[in-house]
Formats: sequence, structure tokens, C-alpha cells
Amino acid sequence: MSMSETTMPGRSFAPANGKTGPRATLQRRKRSLKHSKWPVLLLFLPPALMLFTVLVILPMGEAAWYSFYNWNGYGLPSQWVGWRNYQLIFRNGAFSQALINNGMIVVASILIQIPLALWLATMISSRIHGALFFRLIFFLPYVLADVAAGMIWRFVYDGDFGLVGGIAHLFGAEPPYWLADRDTAMYAILGVVIWKYFGFHMMLFIAGLQAIDKSVLEAADIDGATGLQKFRLVTLPLLGSTVRLSVFFAVVGSLQLFDMIMPLTGGGPSNSTQTMVTFLYNFGVTRMQVGFGSAVGVVLFVICVTLAFSYKRIFMRHD
Amino acid sequence: MTDIATSPPIDAATAPGSGQRLRTATQIYMYAALVIVAAIVVVPLISTALGGFKSLSDLRGNPFGLPTEWQWSNYGDIIVSQRYWLQMGNSLVIALLTVFLTLAFGAMAAFCFAHIRFFGSDYLLNYFLIGLMFPAATAILPLYIRIRDLGLVDTYWGVVLPQVAFGTGMSIMLFRNYFRNLPSELFDAAFVDGCGYMRFFWHVTLPLSRPIIATVGIISFVGSWNSYILPLIMLNSESRYPWPLGIMIYRGEFNTEWQLVLAFITLTILPTIIVFFLAQKHIIAGLTAGAVKS
Repeated sequence: MSMSETTMPGRSFAPANGKTGPRATLQRRKRSLKHSKWPVLLLFLPPALMLFTVLVILPMGEAAWYSFYNWNGYGLPSQWVGWRNYQLIFRNGAFSQALINNGMIVVASILIQIPLALWLATMISSRIHGALFFRLIFFLPYVLADVAAGMIWRFVYDGDFGLVGGIAHLFGAEPPYWLADRDTAMYAILGVVIWKYFGFHMMLFIAGLQAIDKSVLEAADIDGATGLQKFRLVTLPLLGSTVRLSVFFAVVGSLQLFDMIMPLTGGGPSNSTQTMVTFLYNFGVTRMQVGFGSAVGVVLFVICVTLAFSYKRIFMRHD
Repeated sequence: MTDIATSPPIDAATAPGSGQRLRTATQIYMYAALVIVAAIVVVPLISTALGGFKSLSDLRGNPFGLPTEWQWSNYGDIIVSQRYWLQMGNSLVIALLTVFLTLAFGAMAAFCFAHIRFFGSDYLLNYFLIGLMFPAATAILPLYIRIRDLGLVDTYWGVVLPQVAFGTGMSIMLFRNYFRNLPSELFDAAFVDGCGYMRFFWHVTLPLSRPIIATVGIISFVGSWNSYILPLIMLNSESRYPWPLGIMIYRGEFNTEWQLVLAFITLTILPTIIVFFLAQKHIIAGLTAGAVKS
């Protein structure tokens, strides 16, 4: 998987394993074909390269440029404001709230979602009836659109018509309006995030468990280890790389979270459920504040790249 | 207990703890836990589907149970409405175009990176991989301005092209790793026979690449079918809205009539659920394996 590991013109697939005889003729033949690598390069690379450059890299560079202007998106940016957009971001209470919320999603994932996923994965991986059925059901929320999941849970949490209201009604209590209360809204959203994504993490763990050498566990059996000891001392350490990968996905997913928030709360009430992307949308896009929105994008970009790089460097070096 | 051995073997042979039989008490506890979690997953979905059959007052008094009177017209009106089919069609067109271009551009570029060493090829590959590190939302405003200047706002292409662009990194990565693991003898043999790169790509590489084409195709289809932020920003006309945007509009319009919104949600997620159950093996494998490898 190393990127520096590269190939030569004809000798492309696998390391040579000492075939010398026919190899020499092949080399000659390939050299005569060498000129033919240019047509394929000129035909095959430009579509991806152009599209990627024009629609991914250039906009990111432009975001850095626009972020120093006050601009509504029409004409050319001319009103230079220096670092003011960045100052405004870090002074904005809603942005700090967004940072906290993004952090909360990661914490909830590590404390609740990943242990839950691991627990379910160990149960499903043991010999039980209906394992396939449960696996299917648990993965189902992951394939649903975030928007649909958000809308469904908006109904579930609804105090008048929804399930939570219905449960309260059964107990004769006042129906709660979790999504409308700034103290509870974010926790309600965390519930939906876990509901939607635990199945994906569970699948990662099922794959990880299948890769564990059974004989190690049998050795533990022979040594008289109990189920829990086996899990804590053998299975869990061997799943280390999966856990680290799972946390990585939780971090990346948290930084992108937008679609699900929009139908649930749209970032409200009073900005208590903003994430970085909803903040960008609500404060940059809807008000067409191109400069400010671009600055938010740059901050988000820096956070994403820094986190991805340092996480991979620190935790996933050996995976 | 004997029939446990004949239960669907989800890799029972390699699963940890498969060496010993499970005690009945443990089994009961496990099933209870699994059933509770399954209920938490399924109850919101079923209530949504059933809620679509209720009247509003029925929904208020009885959000859980079966409808006291089945209001078939809630669903009927939507299913005969033009907007439902239009939104499904829009989503399908956008998703198919995205999948096709992501596959084509990704496989072509990956083929170069897998087989041809040229000046700067390592740097170029790493350049594409930058795209894996940040979400499309980061540069959404400059992207919108660019799409607007290209005259593509409010067209399918205004959504498709950015989706393809942001999918190239994943596509190239997965295709390249797969191409490099094909047996090298094929390449040698093809070259002895005087086969050029392009014929090799078309006649040897692609026919052998069905699994990875399926993986990349599934990832980009699901991503596009469910996508919300790009269509939200790039499209203005309701006639071009894909369904996730449609749900939001519908909810805005029928604000006070949850039962209709629930019927609408149910009908829009129905295709996803049907396809998921039909092709679950491929979809689960594609989405998880694809994520792990890229």
C-alpha cells in the first residue's frame, strides 16, 4: 500500500521472481513498445485530473483567497478585510458551540457507539441462530440517507405526534420536546448518530474478529481462561487496529455531519446543535457571505487535514 | 442445542469462541440483547411506515399501534403524484451519471498509476489522495461560484461533476490497489502477444475487475442517491430536486400534517430498503470493505 512503491513500464504487476530466460526478450519487446505509454497517459489521466483540479483543488485554494475579503459572490472580490473573517469566526459563540458539538459526537462514539458495536459484533460472530438477520437489521440504518434518518427521528422525538410523546402519554407525563430544548437537543441528536452508524462500526468489528487466529483463543481455553478474560486479554488487544480505524471514521464522520442535523434541528434551538458544516451553511451559504463562509471552510480544512495526518501518524503507524 | 451447528455459518469456523458450545443462559441473555437493539432500530422505521396510514388525530392518540382506520389515500395520493416519480427519477439520473463517470475516470487514471511509471507519477497519485482528506462542504462556496460561472447551476451536471470530482480519490485508490494485485503473468503474456496498454485495459483488466467495479459503483451510488448538501446548493428548481431535498420541501409544505410526511418518507426510502434486502451481501461488503481500504 505504500505510495512510494512504484512500477516500471512493462514490469508492473509483482516483484520479479528470477525468471531470466524469457525475461530478456520481453524486456526488448517492451522497450519497443515504450513509446506507446504516452497515448494511454494522455487519454486516461486528463479527465480525472482536470475534474479533480477544477472542482476540488482550485475551490479549496480560492476559499483561502476569498477568506480575506468581504464579498457577496458577484463581480470580483475587492473589499480586503485581512484576518477579520477569522477573528469573527473565533469570536462567534455559535462556532465554539459547533466545535464542542463535533467533539461531543466523537466522545459519544468512543464511549457508547464503539463499545456497543464491539459487543454486538462479538455476539453476532459467535455461533447463534439468526446472526445474518441481526447483521442485516443493524446495518440497515447505515444505508438510509441521513436526511431520511433525521426526518424519521424528528417524528420519533415529536412531543405531540411522535413515539417519545406517546411513551410520555402512557405514563401520564407531560410530553418532552427534546429537540426544542437547547439543553437536550444535542443529546437527542447524538442518539440518532449512534442509531444510524453503530451498524457500520459493528461490521468493521465483525471483519476484525474473523481475522483473529482461532488457535490463539483455543490456547487461552486450554490455559483455563474465562470468556471475559479471553475477551479482555486476547480478543481486544488483537482488535487494536480495528478500534483505531473505527475511531478514525467517527472523527471523520463527525467533521462532515450536516445532512442529519438539517431535518432534526437545522442547528437550533439558539445554535445549540450546530456542527462545523451546519455553521458554514447557516452563516456563510444562506447569507451568501462568501468571504466568511470560505474562512470557515479553511478552518474546517485545516482541522480535517491536521486531525487525519496526526491521527494516522500517532495511532495508525503500524496498521 | 444440536442445531446450533447447522445454523447459518457466519464464518462460524473462524469465529472466536466457536470451539465450545454456548450455555443456554448465555444464549437467552444474548438473544434478549440482540432483540432489544433490533427493536430500537426497527420500531422507528415501522412506526413511520404505519404512521403514514393514519389520520392526524389517530397519530396523536396512538403513535405506536396499528391504524384504527387505514388511510390508504395518504400513500395513494403520493404514489400517483408527479413529484414523487420526478424526484426518484432525478435521483436516479444523478446517481447513474455519477457512478458511470466515477468508475470510468477512476479506473482509467488508476490504470496509469498501477502500470506506468512516468515523470512525477508518485506526486500525482498523492495529489489525488488529498481529496480523501476533506469533505466537499469545506469549499462549497467557491465550488458554487465556479459551477455558476460554468453555467451549470440548476442542472444535473452541477451536482454530478462535483460528486465525481470528490469521488475520484476513493475510486483511484481502490482501483489501483486492485489492478496491482492482478497476476503479473497476464501482463507479460499480453505484451508478448503485442497487446498495447489500451487493449490490455479493455480486454484483460476490466473483465477481471468486476468485484472492484461493484465496490466502487456501490459506494458512489449510495453516496449520490443519499446526497443532500450538493443538490441543496446547486439546484434551484423543484423539478430537478432529488428525493432527499424533496423530503425537506415536502415537510415544509405539509408542516402540520405529519401523516403525509411519514407516508412520503416511507415511499422515498422504500427503494433503498428493497434494494438493500435484495443485494445485502454485496452492499454490506462493498460499503465496509471500500471504507477500510480507502
